[in-house]
Amino acid sequence: MADNVKPRVKVPKSAAVGDTIVLKTLISHQMESGQRKDGDGNAIPRSIINRFTCEFNGAMVVDVKMEPAISTNPYFEFEAMVPEAGEFKFTWYDDDGSVYEELQSIAIA
Amino acid sequence: MRKLTGAMLATLLTTSAVMADPVDDTLTINGETDIVVRTAAPEHLDGALKEVMSGWLFREDDTRIMQTDDFDNPGMIFVELAEDNWNMAEGSNGKSCADCHGASSDMSEVRPTYPKWNASAGEVRTLEMQINNCRTNQMGAEEWGYTSGDMVNMTALLASVSRGKPMNVAIDGPAQSVWEQGKEMYYTRYGQLDLSCSNCHEDNYGNMIRADHLSQGQTNGFPVYRLKNTKLNAAHDRFKGCIRDTRAETFAPGSAEFVALELYVASRGNGLGVEGPAIRN
Repeated sequence: MADNVKPRVKVPKSAAVGDTIVLKTLISHQMESGQRKDGDGNAIPRSIINRFTCEFNGAMVVDVKMEPAISTNPYFEFEAMVPEAGEFKFTWYDDDGSVYEELQSIAIA
Repeated sequence: MRKLTGAMLATLLTTSAVMADPVDDTLTINGETDIVVRTAAPEHLDGALKEVMSGWLFREDDTRIMQTDDFDNPGMIFVELAEDNWNMAEGSNGKSCADCHGASSDMSEVRPTYPKWNASAGEVRTLEMQINNCRTNQMGAEEWGYTSGDMVNMTALLASVSRGKPMNVAIDGPAQSVWEQGKEMYYTRYGQLDLSCSNCHEDNYGNMIRADHLSQGQTNGFPVYRLKNTKLNAAHDRFKGCIRDTRAETFAPGSAEFVALELYVASRGNGLGVEGPAIRN
C-alpha cells in the first residue's frame, strides 16, 4: 500500500433544495507515474490513484478515470445540485487494489 | 499630442503604483481566525518603519485567497503529517511529544515567542533547536536535520495552532546581545551585489525587484509553503536564499549567525499575527 494516503473532502453542512454547492476533495498520494528510474536505473513501478468517483444517495455525480500524468496529491473541485438531504460518498481506487472512502452527509436548511 | 502623452504617462504611473503597493485587505482563515497583517511598528523600529506588514499583503489575489481556507492551503497537508509525529513515541525513552506536552493545540503560546532565551542552556533558541533538544534529551531520539522535512513540518504544526496570536519575541535582558548581533547583520551589506537585508526589505518594500514584489521580509508566516518549490520552507532556508541572491557565501541554516538574524527579524514583526504555514510565491 502506498504510504501516507489520506483522503479529505469538504462539503457544506447544509443547503437549500435545488442549491448548487461546491465540493472539494484531495487525497494525499505520491502518484508515481511509472516513467521514472531509481538511482540504479531500475524503473520505479507505477502507483497511482486510477479512478475517483462521487455518489449522492447512490446516484453517480462524477466518475473520473485518472492517468499517470496527474501530479501528487490530486485535488478535485466540482459542483453538484442537491435535490434532497442525503449522503455524499467519495471513493478513490488505488493501483494496488486499495479503495479509500469518505462519507459526508448534507442536511436541508 | 503633448497633452495626450502626459495623460498616458500619468495613467501608467498610477497603474504601476497600484500594482506595487501592498494591498489593503484583511485576512481571516476558515472564516473564524482573524490574523493581524498590518499594525504599528514595534518601538525599536522608531525611525525605520512606521507600520509593519505581513508578506501576505504583497502577494497576488489567488495566493492570498488560497491561504484563507485550510482545505486549499497545501501547507496543511504537512501539518497533518506532523500531527502524526506529535503523537508517535520515538527514541530510547519511548515518549512522544504528546506525552509531555498534551495535545498540539495546547501549544498556542509557543510559536509567537520564538526565538527565545533559554536560561538553563544560556543561549537563544529557535523552535527548531528546542525541538531537537526535546528529541535528544527527553525522548532519546535522533536529532532532525535543521531544515529537514520532519522538522519543518513540526514547526508548521506549532505555527498552525498559534495562528492569530501576535508575534511577541523578547529582545531585552540576556537575549539583547544576540539581538544586537542580528540587527548588525540586518544592516550589513553582503555579497558582490553589496546588498543588506534593509536595502530591499526596509528601503524598497512595495517595489518590484525585477518580477518579484518586495515585502518587508517578515517571519510571522513561516514556515511558508512556496508555490515555486511546492514545499514548506524554513526561515533559515529563506535567509540563505536571500544572501545567496546577493552573490555572497551564505551562513548555514541553524548557524549562530542565522539564529541571531532570526531573532532580530522576528522582533521587527512583533505585533503581526502568526500565519504559518502561510502561502507565498
